[in-house]
Amino acid sequence: MEPRVAYLWLIPALPLLAAGVGCVAPRNGRRLAAGAAIAAMLGALVLSCFALHLALADPSAHLVYNFRWFDLGNGAVRLGLLLDPLNGLMCVMVSLVGLLIFIFSLGYMDADENFTRFFCFLSLFAAAMLCVVVANSLLLLFIGWELVGLASYLLIGFWFHRPAAAAAAKKAFITTRIGDLGFLLGLVWLYDTTGSLLLYDGGNGVLESHVLGDLATQVLAGGLAASTAIGLLIFCGAVGKSGQFPLHVWLPDAMEGPTPVSALIHAATMVAAGVFLMARIFPLAAADQGLAAAPVHVLTVVAGIGAVTALMGAAIAVAQHDLKRILAFSTVSQLGYMMLALGVGSWVAAIFHLLTHAFFKALLFLGAGSVIHAAHHEQDIRNLGGLRSPMRATYATFSVGMMALTGVPFVFSGFWSKEAILHAASEWNVSHLPLYAGLAGVVLTAFYMTRLLCEVFWGAPRSPAAAHAHESPAVMTVPLVVLAVGAVALGFLGTPAWPWLQSQLTGEAVPAHSLLEGGGLMALSIVLVATGLGAGWALYGRRLRATAGADDPLAAAAPRLFAFLGARMKLDELYAATVGRLNTFAAALAVILDRWVWGGAVGFLARFGEFTGSVNRGVDEGGLNAGFDSISERIRGAGRAYSRAQTGETHGYLRALAVAFVVLALLALLGGGQ
Amino acid sequence: MSPLQLCVAFSSVLFAVGLTGALARSNSILVLLGIELMLNAANLNFIAFWRYSPAPSPATGVIFVIFAIAVAAAETAVGLALVISIYRHQRNIRLQEATRLKG
Repeated sequence: MEPRVAYLWLIPALPLLAAGVGCVAPRNGRRLAAGAAIAAMLGALVLSCFALHLALADPSAHLVYNFRWFDLGNGAVRLGLLLDPLNGLMCVMVSLVGLLIFIFSLGYMDADENFTRFFCFLSLFAAAMLCVVVANSLLLLFIGWELVGLASYLLIGFWFHRPAAAAAAKKAFITTRIGDLGFLLGLVWLYDTTGSLLLYDGGNGVLESHVLGDLATQVLAGGLAASTAIGLLIFCGAVGKSGQFPLHVWLPDAMEGPTPVSALIHAATMVAAGVFLMARIFPLAAADQGLAAAPVHVLTVVAGIGAVTALMGAAIAVAQHDLKRILAFSTVSQLGYMMLALGVGSWVAAIFHLLTHAFFKALLFLGAGSVIHAAHHEQDIRNLGGLRSPMRATYATFSVGMMALTGVPFVFSGFWSKEAILHAASEWNVSHLPLYAGLAGVVLTAFYMTRLLCEVFWGAPRSPAAAHAHESPAVMTVPLVVLAVGAVALGFLGTPAWPWLQSQLTGEAVPAHSLLEGGGLMALSIVLVATGLGAGWALYGRRLRATAGADDPLAAAAPRLFAFLGARMKLDELYAATVGRLNTFAAALAVILDRWVWGGAVGFLARFGEFTGSVNRGVDEGGLNAGFDSISERIRGAGRAYSRAQTGETHGYLRALAVAFVVLALLALLGGGQ
Repeated sequence: MSPLQLCVAFSSVLFAVGLTGALARSNSILVLLGIELMLNAANLNFIAFWRYSPAPSPATGVIFVIFAIAVAAAETAVGLALVISIYRHQRNIRLQEATRLKG
């Protein structure tokens, strides 16, 4: 038991503290909020480096620190912290990329009046993601997971006064919530079956062999193993968070947030969470692999969804015009690659790609942010152009990111991680369809990134905003340079010749191979990249767009296909027509139920009460009150009549006395005579 | 006429004078005076019947009369106080006008 693991909580706690500081900072306390956020991220980075160092001392061990959260019935709910090379690397990646994005935001959000609020939310976002990463309990992971969702909602809707941003924030929140429902059900089921949500717990954690064996042998109706059902439910959460088909629709709309937020969502935090989750619970997801009779395996589903997403994202990206939207669909596609890698059984390749992707995608988004900042928030690539000479640093770093994403051979990190995925896919013995989808995606990726680069940076400016663009300040370009270095260097950690990353992640020595082993596949993918680049150059680079209104060459060639892809395969419309309409119908039904059935019952009860009340009043007023009233009226009349005798004339009283005296005297005399 | 008859006749006259005064005068002090006369007629009867009874016990009639005089004195005091307060309210003491307490 390593005592230092207990201090792992400091890593998410520091940014959380910074979020608290940003929350209470006055609106003009810009320096305080930003300083706290950046200092906290720096602290988290340093701690993460220590943690990684600790984890790499023994890569095969899972260092845990479990503690009791609260008692419930006879048992206790326990949470825990976990440290192994996987989350050590994730911590370093999240805090490093996060730190660079925070620094970039200093420049990008400089003119925004809600600067302090922005840094508060950014810190919350990073804290939530770090909480996901260090959790040893699926419950703690889920808490962080939901906080990630909340923070993304707040940040996507940061400019909430724009209706599109507010709608995008809502869409992101609700769409991911659909997946989270599955995740939560999976957790409940898992807890019900195993009585624990701890991942590693000295032999009793849900990822440890005998619990997994139990789960895989419990067979439900239809020959489905319990671990398959639970794994698929948890995968729902990953589908929502990582923007996989069919829940990818929120990711492109999330571009409505400020660009650093997009970078954070796409690179370091939100979408990485889903892939990380699947890699984390990989033993659970793979537990049913031994069951030949099972109708479906978790990993097969994961691979299928990943392949569809990879191809679909890349295809849609070809026909977009918004700079950030192209990058967003490329993220969808790259996340598909990661899921594909997970599905074909190589979670190591998925994490390798996740790490390299974090760097080059953050680089691309921050480069896009630099362009947008310089061009006065012009995002349409048709209106940009000619930014190569005024923005040299941005152009150079963006090109590095673009080449890393397309997988230009040997130098760039994206090449090695993509090769690892394709290699794993080619060795998958179930089907080769994911491999073909991946290869097709490679061509499309190279094609749309070439298009993007040509349209934005080459040629002549096509709008006044682009014409007046100038390089961004150093606070924005320095993070770009750092990320560009990362986007190149990170690839050398996982080449086949020196599989350091692979051996650290698995905790076993992975034999080094020659760089040229599996050279056929590598050569094929190099040819495909070259094809994509060449096609992109032929269509967009050779003859540059002259004016903003000119037709897209691809649109001229295949207008219907282009429009279909441009409308994102009409999936949003499809959802609006099916899920949206179903929801509207259910809402209408609920209104009818509410207004007529329940409302009617309540109204009937109210009417009944009113009726009995009026009967009561009638009895009271007509019966009881009338009786008492008449009696008291008679008494009053008698009193009134009697009071007439009281004339107030003293002589009258005296007279009466005298007469009475005389009468009594006469009676006494006459009576006395008898 | 025996002395008893004389006394009774005298007290009857006295009573009649008092009654007439009480009934006929409007000045409330004179009404009180009339009432006093009637009381004294009764006192006279007490004394007379005690004095001329066949076997008079010692002092019974006198004690009655002394009580009645004491009560009449108290009653006169209350009556005069009432008269004064009537005067304060209506600036005269005419009994016919003091009718405000009628029902």
